[in-house]
Amino acid sequence: MALLEVKNLKTHFKTPDGIVKAVDGVSFTVDEGETLGIVGESGSGKSVTAMSLMQLNPVPPCFYPEGEILFEGRNLLEASEREMQKIRGDDMAMIFQDPMTSLNPVFTVGDQIMEAVRVHQKVSKKEARDKAIEVLRDVGIANPEKRVDEYPHQYSGGMRQRAMIAMALSCNPKILLADEPTTALDVTIQAQILELMVGLQEKYGTAIIMITHDLGVVAQLADKIMVMYGGRAVETGPTDDVFYDPLMPYSWSLIRSIPRLDKAGEVRLLPIKGSPPSLIFLPKGCNFAPRCPFVKDECHEIDPGLEEKRPGHRAACILSVEEIEENKHRIDAELGVEQA
Amino acid sequence: MSANGQAGEYLLETRDLKMHFPIKAGVFKRTVGHVKAVDGVDLQVRKGETLGLVGESGCGKSTLARLILRLHEATAGEVFFEGENILKYDRRQMMKVRRNLQIIFQDPYASLNPRMTVGSIIAEPLRTHKGTTDNIKRRVQELLEIVGLSPEHYNRYPHEFSGGQRQRIGVARAIALNPKVIICDEPVSALDVSIQAQVVNLLMDLQKEFDLTYIFIAHDLSVVKHISDRVAVMYLGRVVEIADRNQLYNRPLHPYTNSLLSAIPIPDPKLERQRQRVVLTGDVPSPANPPPGCTFHTRCPRVQDYCRNNVPPLERQEENGHRASCFFPVVSGQKIEEPTASTPYKAGE
Repeated sequence: MALLEVKNLKTHFKTPDGIVKAVDGVSFTVDEGETLGIVGESGSGKSVTAMSLMQLNPVPPCFYPEGEILFEGRNLLEASEREMQKIRGDDMAMIFQDPMTSLNPVFTVGDQIMEAVRVHQKVSKKEARDKAIEVLRDVGIANPEKRVDEYPHQYSGGMRQRAMIAMALSCNPKILLADEPTTALDVTIQAQILELMVGLQEKYGTAIIMITHDLGVVAQLADKIMVMYGGRAVETGPTDDVFYDPLMPYSWSLIRSIPRLDKAGEVRLLPIKGSPPSLIFLPKGCNFAPRCPFVKDECHEIDPGLEEKRPGHRAACILSVEEIEENKHRIDAELGVEQA
Repeated sequence: MSANGQAGEYLLETRDLKMHFPIKAGVFKRTVGHVKAVDGVDLQVRKGETLGLVGESGCGKSTLARLILRLHEATAGEVFFEGENILKYDRRQMMKVRRNLQIIFQDPYASLNPRMTVGSIIAEPLRTHKGTTDNIKRRVQELLEIVGLSPEHYNRYPHEFSGGQRQRIGVARAIALNPKVIICDEPVSALDVSIQAQVVNLLMDLQKEFDLTYIFIAHDLSVVKHISDRVAVMYLGRVVEIADRNQLYNRPLHPYTNSLLSAIPIPDPKLERQRQRVVLTGDVPSPANPPPGCTFHTRCPRVQDYCRNNVPPLERQEENGHRASCFFPVVSGQKIEEPTASTPYKAGE
């Protein structure tokens, strides 16, 4: 049994303009100690997926018309708020993009970690404080005995994110949800934080769900990938398969549209035309059809489900593997890209 | 080559440009210190090239851009445009120069006035710089077409456009007066990945078509590599390395450039697994109180005692104009942690 299994999750929001289908039928599994990378642009539903796992979406306007989130076999969508409070932090913890807004400015970093510890464990104040110092040391904060009594504003951006990770790990969760944890940080600090996360994963065997728009970050960390577009999972598979042989035109276009440090400047970038769809008025047929370089007439009619194209590698596209490969070659030839 | 050379060699040049923002405190707002945002920058920009400017947040990239346009008044230094020091110009002279120096901002949401139509936003520079009124509408529609928008969008408001389209409006406004230099201040970092390529390609096409010179500021080194001819790396208000694009990316001399490049994740899982990263320790020091000697010495994996007390000049270290401010530059193939030279590097030795 997988540690976490999400089946056909739908998270919709009621708004005055209509129902926003932020997440519309997403399924995936995460095993112990595994890293799943969720990739997508803003508005593709990555963060709402994570917030749904933690049951942190405000209800209403949010509602879950369908789906199951099975954590160790238990459906979290049916759990009471009391049960969820126990699961949050203890079994599943989350770190957010902006460490400044997710730390409370009027409490010391130590107080905030101690609070997390004392909610979940029956320990004295002294023990909680020792635990806070221990986790701060774990995440590489120098001089934790002193730093534990400082306020978030006394920390730099990278240190705040370290403190967030310390708080998330203080109860040894089984799953760590990281929602764009390094997007607000500089690259040299990003490298530090990613290295730290890998180290802690090796030490504690925590499963990580890494949500990001940066393909480089998932290439570095993820064991498997889920690509999201317009509230749907459009491609899932082992990291190497998705990178080297993407079978959904969107993933392929995304990889082709970013300049690469190791070969930039030699080939013209292939932009994806248009912009991501509105989640209220999704196009008929395939969500990506209006922007797809491989589009056929049928794409505007048929809504493709996620189907297994190769062993362990699923994609939502009505084109056959052969047709997709043929299209890739055609466009690469037009661009003058050499085949890898 | 630069310091003593004729100013006319380059389209745009800065000499020892400095911006020290005062820090004020107390009831009487006495100045208690200075944030040295830009601290002595010499840059030369050739006609028709793209000079990339990279560095982490707070390194002074954007302040430098604003100094060149005189959106901030520099504390010290000179900015030469077509051989003349524009920091000495009065308002009227500056108006003329501004026709030729334009800027594209990072945030396409904040840089377009929500109460103006797209037409009047793009027409504004034309009106300010006195085009004849009847031609303005035609010119604006032509500009909309050039940047890939439809001329019918003339009467719409910015909120009706997506981020990528708004950035196109910003580009149209910047090229309206046929400028010679455009400073692009993080023009794609606020955009979604699938949209970035659209704007990057547009900028590259416009450069060819209108013979533009770009100063392209970004923290994304991959995008900068893609678009630039030469690249300058900034750290704590100074340029620490400058070279031709391929030279800089393939054979960085400064340990900071080296670790910056090594920190960037590459979207290629097999390559990622093989890479040896140089992860810098600590954070960027405060520009209000930069460390003495080489400002990078607090984080440098190759630091020697000599670096703590001596400021390395930005000197030419290779034949082709590759300059770096480091006493113990990285030799290619060498591990970054091992400074082998026992005596500091000096140019000409």
